Order: sequence, then C-alpha cells, then structure tokens
Amino acid sequence: MSSDTLVTREPRGSSVPSRAPKIAWRLATVVDVVTETPRARTLVLDVPDWPGHRAGQHVDVRLTADDGYQAQRSFSIASAPEDVRIALTVQRLDDGEVSPHLTDVLRAGDRLELRGPIGGYFAWEAALGGPLLLVAGGSGIVPLMAMLRHRATALVAASMQARHGVPARLLYSARRWDDVFYRRELARLAEDDEALEVALTLTHEVPSGWTGFRRLIDRMMLAEIAWPPGERPQVFVCGPTPLVEAVAAALVELGHDPALVKTERFGPTGGSA
Amino acid sequence: MKGDIRKTADERGDERVGEALRLDGNAAAGLLSEIFVPDLTAAPVTCAYCGAIRALGALLVYAHGMGPVIRCPECGAVVLRVARIRNQLWLDPTGTRLVVMPEAAAPSGHQTHK
Repeated sequence: MSSDTLVTREPRGSSVPSRAPKIAWRLATVVDVVTETPRARTLVLDVPDWPGHRAGQHVDVRLTADDGYQAQRSFSIASAPEDVRIALTVQRLDDGEVSPHLTDVLRAGDRLELRGPIGGYFAWEAALGGPLLLVAGGSGIVPLMAMLRHRATALVAASMQARHGVPARLLYSARRWDDVFYRRELARLAEDDEALEVALTLTHEVPSGWTGFRRLIDRMMLAEIAWPPGERPQVFVCGPTPLVEAVAAALVELGHDPALVKTERFGPTGGSA
Repeated sequence: MKGDIRKTADERGDERVGEALRLDGNAAAGLLSEIFVPDLTAAPVTCAYCGAIRALGALLVYAHGMGPVIRCPECGAVVLRVARIRNQLWLDPTGTRLVVMPEAAAPSGHQTHK
C-alpha cells in the first residue's frame, strides 16, 4: 500500500487542531437540482463555512414544519472532498417524511438546514491506499460514489504506477437499469481508468442484450469480483441492512479480515436493490 | 417550510434513522456530536460485558423513538444509550468500559490507528 507517491489534496478542514469546532446546524442554499433516476435527485448545495469532509461521510438534514415539528434524517454526501459544493443524492420514499420534500419540493434558491460532516469511520481517502472494494445496494452507491470521485480527482495527476497502486472495484446492485445512479459518470470513470472496474447486477429487470449479473449479490459473485483476501482490500459496503449484512458475512466467510470490511446500513427497504 | 412533512409510516432506505432499524454506529454520530466534540465513530470502544473492542462505527445501532441504543456486535449487550427526553440529552454509558479518543480529532474525524 505505498501511497506516498500519490498526489492528494488535503480535504479542507482535516488538519484542524485539537480545538475542533462543534458540529453546528448550518443553513445551506440549493444551487442546483439534478435528476438522477425517476426517483432520485441530487441536491447541489452551497454551505456557508463548510469545514470540508471526507469521502463516505454524511450529513443530518432537518426540516421544520410551520408548527415547529421537526423531522431529521441522515443523507450521505455524494461529492468529492475536492468539490466546492456539497452534493446529496436523495432517493424518494413515498411514505417518507423528509425525502419527498427534498426530491419534489426543493428548487434552486431554497434553503435547507443541515449539520456535518458526520462519521469518520466509514470514510476513505486516496492516501489510505488500496485495493479498494466497494459494494453498493440501491442508494447505497452515494457515499461510495464520493470515494470514486475523490479517487479520480486525487489520482488525476498521479503517475500510472501510483494509480495502479490504488486499484478499485465497484459491485453495484440495483433493481433495474433505470434505477442505476450516475450511469454515465461511472461508465466514463471506468473507461478513463484501467485500475477501476465497475460491475452492475440488476435484480428485477434487465434491458435487452444485458450481459451483466442479474441476481442478488451472493458469495459466488463476491468471490468473482473481490480480490483474494490475501490482497487485503479495504472494503466499504453500503445499502439496505439485509444486503449489507449478507455481503459482509459472505466476505468474512471468503476469508476477508472483518476489520477491513466497513459497513453503512441504510435500514431495510422495500427492496431498492 | 411546508407544514405537511409529518407522516406516521416508518421511513426506510436512504432515510436512515427510522424506527427500530438495525444500523451502524455511524447513524448515531450526529446525535453524539451534540455531546462530544471529537468524532467518536473511529474511537475504539470496549464492551463492558464481553471485552470486545470495536470502533464505535462498527457497533450496531437500534434506532428507537427516544434515541439510539448502541449494542456490541459480538455479544449483543447494550454498550451505550442516548435519549432525548424533554429538552435534555441522556447518556447511559453503563455498558462501556473504555473509549479511547484519538488526540486532536476534528469533527470530521481524521484519524488513523497504526
């Protein structure tokens, strides 16, 4: 894992000394809303005094009703630490209190209360090296996308040798092609980078001519995609709780060190993946 | 802000802190930031019952109405409870033997253990 040759930009704020400021609620402004899938939008936010984040971290978003009732949820950051603006990709849940407001109501110029960045455990930066194995289910792709975006930015100036020192593989499970977030960007990133492999599995419906996986992620699929345990890949698994727990258990059965398998459960879903 | 955000159905998927869901220690990090200045998610926590040492982010969070119940993934014991009761935050650390806080931990939690 020699990463000393990598050119990495220090995420803003990561060198804050011991008198670290408390995480405060901030009023962010929506600068853009991007449609990712029929059910998901990316909110691009301008956050005043944003201290910087690490790829994989999340924010808490708080909505306040007219009568003072508040609802609060966590959303992963999709943007790389190098981006000036913060991007959150939110999947609409029909019975949700918060997500329909974020995906259907908010427009550019609207304000939003958030606090963060939160959680330094489920985080990766290029300086930590690789190999990097990312496993996503449904909207669990969001924090992993921040890692891939960060990796691409950090390695852009690195030599080919350094780039190959941090190979990355993404295994991403979605119900159907239309539900896949960041399709074009993922294709472009993989095309531009020999050291990045992206594998999709579509669990409910596949487009005609589909040659990829078409089943839930299982142990055999992981054995095919993951590096051998001896390579000691750093693994990040994110998605609905059942998927995350099945993947983490299968990886440990395959011989991966549990300490290298980090998980982020999004809670059970109706089966977003 | 619209007045119609309140709904009773439990929220799932990307809205991660719902009702009685099993999540990771990370899910409690926002609430814990109201109590502790450094990010605790990468801090090794020793379970008082079985002695297992895990980063808080690797513990299991059960999200209940008043606040998260944080359990040891090895023995299932309650390691930490946080509850919002009226206008107070209650922290019950009975199940925690030791928390090792990295020095100079920023809220964004940049720390490595080597």
